[in-house]
Amino acid sequence: MTAEEIKNVLSERLGGETVVELLESDADGETVYDPPQIVVEAARIAEAALICRDEDSLRFDSLMSLGAVDNGECLTVLYHLHSMTHRHKIALRADVPRAEASVPTVEQVWKTANWHEREAGELMGIEFEGHSDPRPLLLPENWEGHPLRKDYVVQEYYKGMKVPY
Amino acid sequence: MKHPIETAAEHIRATAAEATETLNLGGAWPAGLPLETVILLALAVIGIISVTVVAGIPIVLVLMERKVSAYFQNRLGPTRVGPWGLLVTLADGIKLIFKEDMVPPTSDRKLFRLAPYVVFAASFAVVAVIPPFQSTVIGNMDLGLFLYLAISSLIVLGIIMAGWASNSKYSLFGALRAAAQIVSYEIPLGLAVLMIVMTTGTLNMQHLVMDQADGIHAWYMFRHPFLFIGAFIYFISAVAEVNRTPFDLPEAESEIVAGFHTEYSGIRFAYFFLAEYANAFIVSAICATLFLGGWAAPFPFLSGVPGIVWFLGKTMFLVFIMMWMRWTLPRVRVDQLMSLCWKYFLPISFVNILGTGVLALLEREEIGAQLGGLFLSADAVSWIAFPFILALLGWIAHSGTEPVRRPS
Amino acid sequence: MAAPKKALRTDEMVLSMGPQHPSTHGVLRLELKTDGEVVEEAIPHIGYLHRNFEKHAESLPYFQIIPYTDRMDYIAAMNNELGFVLAVEKLMELGGKPIEIPEKAQYIRVVVCEMNRIASHLLAFGTYGMDIGALTPFLYAFRDRETILGLFEDICGARLLYNYIRFGGVSRDLTPDFHHKLRRFLSKFEKNIDTYNTLLTNNKIFLERTKGVAVVSVDEAVQYGWTGPNLRGSGMKWDLRKDEPYSIYDRFDFEIPVGETGDCWDRYKVRMDEMRESVRIVRQALDQMEENGLLDDPNYAAKVSAKLRPPVGEVYFRTETPRGDLGYYIQSDGTNVPSRVKVRSPCFTALSAMRKLSRGLLVADIIAIIGSIDIVMGEIDR
Repeated sequence: MTAEEIKNVLSERLGGETVVELLESDADGETVYDPPQIVVEAARIAEAALICRDEDSLRFDSLMSLGAVDNGECLTVLYHLHSMTHRHKIALRADVPRAEASVPTVEQVWKTANWHEREAGELMGIEFEGHSDPRPLLLPENWEGHPLRKDYVVQEYYKGMKVPY
Repeated sequence: MKHPIETAAEHIRATAAEATETLNLGGAWPAGLPLETVILLALAVIGIISVTVVAGIPIVLVLMERKVSAYFQNRLGPTRVGPWGLLVTLADGIKLIFKEDMVPPTSDRKLFRLAPYVVFAASFAVVAVIPPFQSTVIGNMDLGLFLYLAISSLIVLGIIMAGWASNSKYSLFGALRAAAQIVSYEIPLGLAVLMIVMTTGTLNMQHLVMDQADGIHAWYMFRHPFLFIGAFIYFISAVAEVNRTPFDLPEAESEIVAGFHTEYSGIRFAYFFLAEYANAFIVSAICATLFLGGWAAPFPFLSGVPGIVWFLGKTMFLVFIMMWMRWTLPRVRVDQLMSLCWKYFLPISFVNILGTGVLALLEREEIGAQLGGLFLSADAVSWIAFPFILALLGWIAHSGTEPVRRPS
Repeated sequence: MAAPKKALRTDEMVLSMGPQHPSTHGVLRLELKTDGEVVEEAIPHIGYLHRNFEKHAESLPYFQIIPYTDRMDYIAAMNNELGFVLAVEKLMELGGKPIEIPEKAQYIRVVVCEMNRIASHLLAFGTYGMDIGALTPFLYAFRDRETILGLFEDICGARLLYNYIRFGGVSRDLTPDFHHKLRRFLSKFEKNIDTYNTLLTNNKIFLERTKGVAVVSVDEAVQYGWTGPNLRGSGMKWDLRKDEPYSIYDRFDFEIPVGETGDCWDRYKVRMDEMRESVRIVRQALDQMEENGLLDDPNYAAKVSAKLRPPVGEVYFRTETPRGDLGYYIQSDGTNVPSRVKVRSPCFTALSAMRKLSRGLLVADIIAIIGSIDIVMGEIDR
């Protein structure tokens, strides 16, 4: 299935206003999106994910990667999907405002999302609503700040130890 | 009635006096000393001599293990200390003596300090009953075999003490595994020994060897098929008893770090280490004595060779097999270890006991002579029946193999 | 409700296995909730090796990121480099400024990556033996691994962290006797695999320990994002080298070994079989190089500017490393420094299933699982 068709399936099921747009590579190579990204309203990303997994024509049974990106004014969560059955790929994209970065969890859709969300959550400071185990994964407990944000400043002391070296 | 210590002291004094007379030292030396000093001196001298001699065994064994493992693994092993690395264990021992003696602050200090000595003493005491050659055995007692079984069971006590006193979870795991394992394998081991006792009717180790002295056909292992199987059961149980691979669960380093001796360091660790190798030697020596004729030569024309050569040769062969197993096989899991013991060895041992009993009966009773004497001896008949016995045992073993159901 | 006074109070024992432990393959900490020998749950705690590679990458030019990728999966560094380099090259290609990679470089990349795969699987084999309790296979595996590392040292001067594969090719040419040495190694190594199979793979105790332990179905494996030998162990024929051929993998003829049930033994066996396939690939690559006269070709790298500026855009590219699909997400803003690099690590997803797999098993089985999913903490923590 092409990205366009996938987008059509999604917007048919979710409504046009939820599936915002499709980002694809330009023909002239000015901007590159590989795989193409479908921008979905952040609040309904879990529904979109479920459709992607269960819809017979989509069957995205494998979540390749779940990552968060700091795009300045907004934070972006990217869901790179792959279908082992149909052998096609797509990326779902959810943009959330910096101040209240929060998206629904897709942990119940793909189990592997559990750890990916924990990682994205602590490193980028995104809350995954309904996540079953939101403890920090890679960072120590009570570490301050979210290192992957562009405006991250390292804390001076951690438990009495000087951090910046 | 005299106090036993006084009796002992008098005995020692008399012996000493006798020795002085024989050596013509003038008779002045022992008589002037007080009672306690004589006892202490005598004990110290005996202790130092025996511990030095006996501690030599594990030191040789450790070197042997390192060399054997090295050649199994395409390495050279120790080469630096002394020619061919011969002194490396000695160097290691000296290093361990000089290391700081650390006792974890949360441990039960008294037990923690005591445990290595219990293990060490228990494993070394057994040496007394093993006859290394024809004329000598340190403790030639009529209950030698019984003493071996009794004292070697004390080792597990030391291990549990170590595991419990360390107050560490890994140690506790190791100690509990050791307890379960050693106590379980004591049973098939004891039953295998019992078969010998049934066949010969003596518990004196020296007599057992003398009974086998005629040659290879007289060795208990080859007396009749049940003993043949019993020898294997004894050896495998013994390997489990001394916690060596594939049964080294109590100190499985990939699972529970070092098991019961995780928290030990320095000389206390060395005691465990020495005891472990001493144990390996002792069970091999006992196996050689019980099943392979001890110091007896395999063929009469070889009886000119000193008994100690045969004894050490057989023992070292068994030790080598243990090392071979250790550097080849993976480790079994706890449930597999237990099922091997309770589902296979135990039933097989019972069949063995039954068979041995029947054979002993046939030999003793008139019917035996009538029945077997027609063609061959009962033992010979039993060798002919050997394949059937194996099949029977196989069937018994197989019937126990429904897969272990584990919660999931 | 108060319990009767005399009753023994029982509780589960929490055993903290790691971060310093002989068989947690680095600094993994497992919080084992045990009831005697039975593990109720094993909760992995990671992050002890976390140094935030992704943040590092945001402040480095593309060229300087390559050595950092080495340090993720330090057992198979070549494969990590290849993934990153190919991702950037893909970005360039889609942006209309493709880098022409010389034929020889393509072959060298495949050869070194497959060699590294063998080295990695050898380590997995050896340490798995150690985990199960057999100490000798480890030494045998390292004997062969040493030869491979020695060959790597010949061509790039490093034995573990190579920084060898670069944009447009590789950093150095092969040494003149490289292919002779490699061929000699391959023929010896093929025989050695049989030895290893006799020694460990088909050992009765080893089978007892690993067969039927921690069975993962295909669906479950896909759900947990398992890839590579772990997924193939469950029986799914999925290998990026075949299914989404990258580099020049489509020119080689090789099989994808798969398991049957998805237990520890299958995952292990897939690795053993994969080594044979890697040998085949390396042989074919050497043959093809010889046929095409590439061995004496001095052209092993394209000229690429040190200030490589990929076009604006985002790319997600994945390659098959010895541990599974290693994905690089790269967001470029058109400068010579990426604005975001995200790594999808195969070990990370494999380990995330640990909690589920471990329920109701024995302590010894936990070790068997960790060994069978073949994790490298450098890649999990990044």
